[in-house]
Amino acid sequence: MTDTESNVGAAPVRTGEVPDGRSPSSDGYVHSPAEDPTMSPVTEETVHHPHTHTPVPVVTAHHLAPDITRTAAPSPGTPVGRGVKLAKISHTGDRVFRGLASSSGLIIVLLVGFVGIFLLALALPSLLADQDNFLTSRNWIVSGEQLRFGIAGLFWTTVLSSVLAMVMAVPVAVGVALCLTQYLHRRTSGPVSFVVDLLAAVPSIIFGLWGLIVLGPFLAPAAEWLADKLGWIPLFSRSVDPKGSVFVASVVLAIMILPIVTAISRDVFAQTPRDHIEAALALGATRWEVIRTAVLPHGRSGVISASMLGLGRALGETIAVMIILTQPAPGSPFTPSIFAGGETFASKIANNAQEFDTPSKTGAFIASGLVLFVVTFVVNAVARIIAERGQATS
Amino acid sequence: MSDATTTQPLSFRRPSGPRTIKNTLAAVYVGVATVLTIVPLAWVLYSVVAKGARLLLTSSWWLQSQRGITPRREGGGAYHAIVGTLEMALICMLIAVPLGILGAIFLIEYARGTKVARAVSFTVDILSGIPSIVAALFIYALFITIFGFGRSAIAVSFALVLLMLPTVLRSTEEMLKLVPDSLREASYALGVPKWKTILRVVIPTAFSGIATGVVLGLARVMGETAPLLILVSYAVGINFSPTADTMGALPTMINNGRDQAPQLPGYERVWAAACTLIFIVMALNLLARAIVRFSKLKEK
Repeated sequence: MTDTESNVGAAPVRTGEVPDGRSPSSDGYVHSPAEDPTMSPVTEETVHHPHTHTPVPVVTAHHLAPDITRTAAPSPGTPVGRGVKLAKISHTGDRVFRGLASSSGLIIVLLVGFVGIFLLALALPSLLADQDNFLTSRNWIVSGEQLRFGIAGLFWTTVLSSVLAMVMAVPVAVGVALCLTQYLHRRTSGPVSFVVDLLAAVPSIIFGLWGLIVLGPFLAPAAEWLADKLGWIPLFSRSVDPKGSVFVASVVLAIMILPIVTAISRDVFAQTPRDHIEAALALGATRWEVIRTAVLPHGRSGVISASMLGLGRALGETIAVMIILTQPAPGSPFTPSIFAGGETFASKIANNAQEFDTPSKTGAFIASGLVLFVVTFVVNAVARIIAERGQATS
Repeated sequence: MSDATTTQPLSFRRPSGPRTIKNTLAAVYVGVATVLTIVPLAWVLYSVVAKGARLLLTSSWWLQSQRGITPRREGGGAYHAIVGTLEMALICMLIAVPLGILGAIFLIEYARGTKVARAVSFTVDILSGIPSIVAALFIYALFITIFGFGRSAIAVSFALVLLMLPTVLRSTEEMLKLVPDSLREASYALGVPKWKTILRVVIPTAFSGIATGVVLGLARVMGETAPLLILVSYAVGINFSPTADTMGALPTMINNGRDQAPQLPGYERVWAAACTLIFIVMALNLLARAIVRFSKLKEK
């Protein structure tokens, strides 16, 4: 009797309630445990036990309805509803499960709230003790009695490298997304998409290592050439030490955000209404004209939102930037050039992670982390708003 | 037909010169963009494999640690780092997966369309945008500054939870949305309580998508470095205890040796560690893709 064994741990056995003279096949149901979702998880391995043809009334009774108490035996032929009264459905399981699910939701909300609250709480004392203007100072003196620190330098490098990465990545990403959705056949676009997605899977430390050792030296002549031709613009002015420049970091960041921007743009372009494309084709449009008149207008908000998400990712990228960028010597003059080194919020924190020894010092780093949190939050929020607006209008 | 309506047969003209040129330029542009995207991936993979794959074929790489090995010495392996990476990812998974799945169940099965669901969904969006360094700083603030614990591998796992949670939750949510309502209704009609319907009908149906999310989330957290830098010190020896203050991990192993001169044996070990990490991450991604391929419930 594997069947009775299989019900150990299931609903309470109510042998007394089994209606008389009722064989399991009389109601036309096939009572197999595989079809019965009410069985307890304890019987996992017996779920697939084929016993469809073992009519044992005692067993089928609990299979049928653990929560239903039969008050009268329905004679064959009468509608089931008349003879069966539903009673006493236990809500304990539901209540527990609902509680679990809701508390998970609550935990997630609290977690995000705590991130802001705790960072602020720990940063505040250092911020209040700061002798410099936190927003405009480029100093970073956080050990000793006098705190003098500000985020101007970090902010510049962070925004410069991320915006540069976005400027480089977005046109390429849009091209790839167009190629995947409008040019390639389904059969080839699948594998190509997968390769692009794999690019997102490469850990950032490996991009950092590769950027430092392989890409940096490779890009050096290009940087040299740019500094030669465009050196009169401060942004491109020649730097003393061209190794570990913002330029290389931006190229690596661009490669890292490419897959995200591509994936979102691809999804948006793929949703271009078929009618619009066909209408353009019927008017004699070339493939490019179809893209310009139907696909791009439809996908504009999606692409902007994707770029912002990519920007958010670039702003917060830590280890690749930390490895590539050369830290400027303390007190060195400010240079706006992309061919100089520098520090971003994230790389500053990571570089000094082992030196969080006093609360005021830790607080200063946490303050810069808080600024990074706020900046990425704003960028991501703008991205979501643009995406939602776009969906509402299209 | 055309003979009846027009006097002359329709003549199809090719698009004019400038239009053809623009069209060709656009095609060339998207082709170049696609190649430009694939080149870095191939290049990174090539660099890593060419510089580091040799050591992966030796048994000592998988069985020994770096204890007592200086950059100038040959030998040693990445066992300590592989153990650390896997251990931290698994602890993270144990917390993030139930929380993510239950959160998604809450969003879809219990609070769908309500204001509460929108609020939770919004915070998940924030969470998915949090830079890993900020997550690490938060855990540092909470565990080390406020609760007074020391640095430990388990603190890293907690920080990784913040990064893995949105991936698991979003993929579970997407899959739960795809489960047809008729399945739920059929289950309710049989008198099955809601929680059993979710556990025995909805989740098994959506299982493949959830598994994909978990695997991709794991792949992501295994490559994270920022929390490791802030929350634990790198150990060259083998350590299994998640509460000890040092633990090896592949990303920190790479980070520690990144400045080595190319002629030293330590240089090759850095690339071998990178190769091991990329190997694990790519294997997880391929696994995720395989799960998608063999799943019954597909998007669209």
